[in-house]
Amino acid sequence: MSAFVGKYADELIKNAKYIATPGKGILAADESTGTIGKRLSSINVENVESNRQALRELLFTSPDALTYLSGVILFEETLYQKTADGRPFVDVLLEANVLPGIKVDKGVVDLSGTNGETTTQGLDGLGARCAAYYKVGARFAKWRAVLKIGPTEPSELSIQQNAQGLARYAIICQENGLVPIVEPEILTDGSHDIKKCAYATEMVLAAVYKALNEQHVLLEGTLLKPNMVTPGSDSPKVTPEEIAEYTVTALRRTVPAAVPGVVFLSGGQSEEEATVNLNAMNKLEVLKPWTLSFSFGRALQSSTLKTWGGEKENVAAAQAGFLARCKANSEATLGKYGGDGAGGLASESLYVEGYKY
Amino acid sequence: MSCYKGKYADELIANATYIGTPGKGILAADESTGTIGKRLSSINVENTESNRRALRELLFCTPGAMQYLSGVILFEETLYQKTAAGKLFVDVMKEAKVLPGIKVDKGTVELPGTNGETTTQGLDGLGARCAQYYSAGARFAKWRAVLKIGPNEPSQLAINENAYGLARYAMICQENGLVPIVEPEILVDGPHDINKCADVTERVLAACYKALNDHHVLLEGTLLKPNMVTPGSDSKKVAPEVVAEYTVRALQRTMPSAVPAVVFLSGGQSEEEATVNLNAMNQYKGKKPWSLSFSFGRALQQSTLKAWAGKDENVKKAQEAFLARCKANSEATLGKYQGGGSLSEGASESLHVKDYKY
Repeated sequence: MSAFVGKYADELIKNAKYIATPGKGILAADESTGTIGKRLSSINVENVESNRQALRELLFTSPDALTYLSGVILFEETLYQKTADGRPFVDVLLEANVLPGIKVDKGVVDLSGTNGETTTQGLDGLGARCAAYYKVGARFAKWRAVLKIGPTEPSELSIQQNAQGLARYAIICQENGLVPIVEPEILTDGSHDIKKCAYATEMVLAAVYKALNEQHVLLEGTLLKPNMVTPGSDSPKVTPEEIAEYTVTALRRTVPAAVPGVVFLSGGQSEEEATVNLNAMNKLEVLKPWTLSFSFGRALQSSTLKTWGGEKENVAAAQAGFLARCKANSEATLGKYGGDGAGGLASESLYVEGYKY
Repeated sequence: MSCYKGKYADELIANATYIGTPGKGILAADESTGTIGKRLSSINVENTESNRRALRELLFCTPGAMQYLSGVILFEETLYQKTAAGKLFVDVMKEAKVLPGIKVDKGTVELPGTNGETTTQGLDGLGARCAQYYSAGARFAKWRAVLKIGPNEPSQLAINENAYGLARYAMICQENGLVPIVEPEILVDGPHDINKCADVTERVLAACYKALNDHHVLLEGTLLKPNMVTPGSDSKKVAPEVVAEYTVRALQRTMPSAVPAVVFLSGGQSEEEATVNLNAMNQYKGKKPWSLSFSFGRALQQSTLKAWAGKDENVKKAQEAFLARCKANSEATLGKYQGGGSLSEGASESLHVKDYKY
């Protein structure tokens, strides 16, 4: 076949399928030191290693929350951190049947000659880094490519560069035992309508799967982390059912059935919005040969963060909030979310213009 | 969305979906005048218009056969022909709920600088021709691209040329109300093993779907007519279950689920082989978000042709043979074919002709 079947093939297929288990999803807790700093400062907490450790311990030890997760994406620092009583986070996760994942890209750089479009770096020495992460317990990886919609965007160059970068990253991961999450995020920024987003998403995803095929990536051992198809941030909102229809149609037109699961990013959506949209997709009565789940960062942590405020005495309440979001999104993957998690912090938009991780 | 949704969009989607109805498939009766001549001469029948007409009438009027067909691909001449009693063939089909289709390509030409690789012609004036065919009752079209496997084949040039030719053809069809059957046939000729065929098939199909996306083709209103994934003609045969596994996997890796159905070509397989392989695919336990059916030419007509031999008194016998193959393949689309039984003469005969030219 045209796919590379190396020594990790069976394991990759098994792990990708596991992550895509209906009822489970991914917590994206891989904020870089700079990015987590912004989060911490928003609740007046100092950006020091012990605070970053405390936040992640709060999340990973939330009673019962891990039953709703199949994976957690970590930043490199976190991969080597421990609980206050000395247990490696990786072990905490593995014991709860949650696969540890690792962010492996090194951020974006501008593509000269374009209107602010970017490509993602991180390929140099990636193989060795992946092998080291695998040794420590990581079983999947994530690489974020970023595209935008504008009068002449996404340009052909940006689509090609980002698709090829994702494909090279993906095969290197598979050579080293990590399931690659392929993330071609098309930012919501802009005044375009949902049709334009659908157009761009279908073009980008087609290019991504062509590139994966060229690089001999084993699709059965990958996952896709796309944006949902929505109107632009400056455009009127539409119903969850409309988002569901456009999104699933885009996937049906571009994502081969060999891919076991799609784990959506939340972009700037509020916690509740993201859950309700995911729920609508899973209720849609049309043939979907991959599971539809979540890989949420802000949309799982935002209200938890606020409730914590950096105070030990708030940990239990914060953990209860986190559990509620995990459960809500688990129900959404089964099309069974009743909407009871709405209101308050959960409905707050998390959109930041020109968002940089 | 990135696809073009013109005035025929809903009709294209409905027709493509209908053709993929489980239990039904396509009879490829679109042999050009030259090609049908070879078939007729193999049974010592003269290649005249009336003989060509008689053969097609035999097929289209076989009692009970049309229920197993959702479409018939015709050559241009046949689109305008009638039964002996004066009824248009397209009307015979319409009454039997069978969609008439039309071959629209104009054959292959060589790509200079390659080792005998080809591209397919027929784009000039294609829009106008499609519109005319639609007026005459056609509702789907077919265009055959041909690739081969060799030490350096298929070349990137051959893959690109054929993929983009198919995509242009597909778009033009949709603009004019015809569901395009996309046919990127990779010839079975060669000593390669099934892994090589799978590798090539996956690369070719990936290129096709990228091209279709680039050209804004509405996938929900198309069909795919690929080769099954098999060992080369000079290589050892494998079990139908193996053909099924490799073929379905290749499709899982390349074909978006928006495409409603796959209608396999039979290549050089015998009638029985083609049916048994199709059956195995429908029994295979794996993700198959599209229906898997047939678009057979030789593999539906071979024994019928032999039984007829051009004689009126053999028509009934020939029609029985045709009905049997239609029913067998219908069962195969449901994974229910029992196999063998009393095969007509010729049903097990390999139909492989090296470097086959239509």
